[in-house]
Amino acid sequence: MNAPIKQHLIDPEICIRCNTCEETCPVDAITHDANNYVVDVSKCNLCLNCIPPCPTGSIDNWRIVTSAYSLDDQYSWMELPAQEQIVVAGHNEAIDDDVQALIDSAHKGVGGKSVAPASAAKPSVNLFNREKPIVATVTGNYRLTHEDSDVDVHHIILDFGDTAFPVLEGQSIGIVAPGVDADGKPHRVRLYSIASPRHGERPNHNNLALTVKREPQGVCSNYVCDLKKGDKIEVTGPFGATFLMPNDPAANIIMICTGTGSAPFRAFTEWRRRSAPNAPGRMLLFFGARRPSDLPYFGPLQKVPNSLLGKHFAYSRIPGEKKVYVQDLMRVEQEELSRLLKSDMTHIYVCGLKGMEQGVDSALDDICRSVELKWHDMRDAMRAQGRYHVETY
Amino acid sequence: MTDTINVDYSTRIPNNVGLTEDRTVLRALEGWHPGYIDWWKDMGPEGFQEALVYLRTAVSVDPQGWAKFDYVKMPEYRWGVLLAPKEEGRKVNFGKHKGEPAFQEVPGEYRAMLRRLIVIQGDTEPASVEQQRHLGKTAPSLYDLRNLFQVNVEEGRHLWAMVYLLHKYFGRDGREEADELLRRRSGDADSPRMLGAFNEKTPDWLSFFMFTFFTDRDGKMQLESLAQSGFDPLSRSCRFMLTEEAHHMFVGETGVGRTIQRTCEAMKAAGIEDPFAIDKIRALGVIDLPTIQKKLNLHYSLTLDLFGAEISTNSANFYNAGLKGRFGETKIDDDHVLTNATYPVLKLIDGKIVKVDEPALTALNMRLRDDYSEDCAKGVERWNRIIQKEGVDFRLELPHVAFNRKIGEFRNVNVTPKGLILGDTDWAKVRDDYLPSSSDGEYLNSLMTGHFGVGEYAGWIAAPKVGIDNKPGDFEYVRIAA
Repeated sequence: MNAPIKQHLIDPEICIRCNTCEETCPVDAITHDANNYVVDVSKCNLCLNCIPPCPTGSIDNWRIVTSAYSLDDQYSWMELPAQEQIVVAGHNEAIDDDVQALIDSAHKGVGGKSVAPASAAKPSVNLFNREKPIVATVTGNYRLTHEDSDVDVHHIILDFGDTAFPVLEGQSIGIVAPGVDADGKPHRVRLYSIASPRHGERPNHNNLALTVKREPQGVCSNYVCDLKKGDKIEVTGPFGATFLMPNDPAANIIMICTGTGSAPFRAFTEWRRRSAPNAPGRMLLFFGARRPSDLPYFGPLQKVPNSLLGKHFAYSRIPGEKKVYVQDLMRVEQEELSRLLKSDMTHIYVCGLKGMEQGVDSALDDICRSVELKWHDMRDAMRAQGRYHVETY
Repeated sequence: MTDTINVDYSTRIPNNVGLTEDRTVLRALEGWHPGYIDWWKDMGPEGFQEALVYLRTAVSVDPQGWAKFDYVKMPEYRWGVLLAPKEEGRKVNFGKHKGEPAFQEVPGEYRAMLRRLIVIQGDTEPASVEQQRHLGKTAPSLYDLRNLFQVNVEEGRHLWAMVYLLHKYFGRDGREEADELLRRRSGDADSPRMLGAFNEKTPDWLSFFMFTFFTDRDGKMQLESLAQSGFDPLSRSCRFMLTEEAHHMFVGETGVGRTIQRTCEAMKAAGIEDPFAIDKIRALGVIDLPTIQKKLNLHYSLTLDLFGAEISTNSANFYNAGLKGRFGETKIDDDHVLTNATYPVLKLIDGKIVKVDEPALTALNMRLRDDYSEDCAKGVERWNRIIQKEGVDFRLELPHVAFNRKIGEFRNVNVTPKGLILGDTDWAKVRDDYLPSSSDGEYLNSLMTGHFGVGEYAGWIAAPKVGIDNKPGDFEYVRIAA
């Protein structure tokens, strides 16, 4: 079977046949018959020149397909076909093999095939790749952790200028550090979760934020943490099509993280705060760090009202105090968690270091047992329904 | 060297034609500018001049730069002179100069002809702004209000495009013509606009949508054939204008489409199957499909008159001279000279409508009109898809080209939308079945009330499927109280 590709298509229900796209296309990939305007997949080089001049928005449609729609297929349409379910295991989150491998590894802890929440928005994936990256401008780089902390986590804002780069909360972008490694080969791609909501770090700005921890030997993390305002950086993606938040405001969202695993949850929280501040669904955050000074977004998180987000911080290295991990706090909150677990509106997300998986799993097991639920059966069902997600590294 | 892609904002008149180095033309345009602003304030959109409108402005003529969206007060919109990039080695592609290098200056022998072409095109641009100036206060939503204003400011820019050509290439005559463009007024008894359809009223929003669908589509056809021109500056002007014109047809097609959608939805919800149960349908506060058909009949027939007489030596002369081509000229597979070719034309002979082969050169208006009708028919078919999808048994159709004509072969006969010729008495009996009556107009007027709440739409029109610039449904497209 062929590897899936991203195909550019025009929505025949919205297109008014003004011919602007055909006129604009530099490689003559767009053509028409008496019925529809269509894009020739063998010619389209995804330059996106046709996107801004389209008066209707019909031009901005994409499908991930295993075999491309032919011109005749497209001529015959009265409306766009739905996104087909891509059945090739592990090929729906990204097209690049190296990126797919990273995502597969991150999602391994979910214990099966990841599925997006039913009410999640449809993500765009792989708009830009290593052959054709998008260039972003750094518009901000701030240290998030306390100056006394030996943990150096940065909040980095990237602006995409005039080029469309649509993302959803929970997706990642790829960054390749410039230069070559000791063997003279280009560095490998690194994925970073987006920490801002879909319409920008600032609403309606074409920008996004990352939460990046400096790793002592990390080529890419050092490169990113050292970026200065105004620097240009090549970015690929967006990637990820399952670790996404439900759009349904009635959905409950339980978020469990450590360290920079908080990035997607900052995005989730911010999107709900901006789009549905009075949503009936409950949001709960369990956030682990060694001490408060190591915890990214510690200050801003304190200001998020409890009505929007229930917050539970676990610290494992406060001198003279007992070590507390996220799973310990989950057990303390057993009553609320077990009530939420009984609802089929509840979604669980785990993000952070691989080491946290087991503790969280056994805490959920205990909590379920206390109310006569079987966690492992439930987990499989929740995963299949797109309500259980793990992204660890 | 002049940067022909990016727009120079250092002069008062944004441009990509190197005005900073062309002081004579810059001064002439700066002299014309205050008169234009006065015209805009007098004859542009009534009210709302202080409102902040989410408009697109071109910052360059390449695909990335020509649609930048932001809030702007309309009188502060950066109207400018934008030409599509010059193609090196471009040739005259038709007529007796075919194969010669495209004219970069006005050929002396064609000066008067070319000026007339530019003035006629230029005159339509401010005319439509004048026709639509009262519509703001009855906008069905902020989204529609914004679309109206986008159309208006771009028609204003199209006037600038033509005025630039007049100032740059036609000296004193050009300057006088440019002043006249600001002096004529749509519908004025003493000094009307040059073409009939541009002196008609646009009394309601359905008329506005029909106008942008049908009459702006004539604009598209005219611009496209002028974009073929051997006079390169005119070609480049029109090519960029076409990109903007597409938005106007979008406003028309989706405006009518959304009206139809809402009518069908309301009929279904009320359990009305008969599309001709007009009183019952109107009681729902929506526009019945037969009335929409009548509006379509009116606007289509008025617009056909804009193509001029069926047989025209003017159009033959324009073509021969290489000044105005056919729609899609370079994509047509023939000799592009047409000396011996013929073209079938509908004519009135012995009281009958018959098809006659005429010399293709003098039938060029007809050919353009046929291309236009074909383009319209496709749009009407998309409206029919909406009706069909909603399960209502009704079809909209373009009337016969001889219906309701004031210019050309059929101006003195009464012809039904199906093409039957009627005597005056019979026509008087059925006229109101085919064209909007005064009671239809009163009903439409009763629906026309302003809806200015964020995300709010009048009851007779559906919300759009996609927002402008991908904005969400509750986007504040116009900040009225700015």
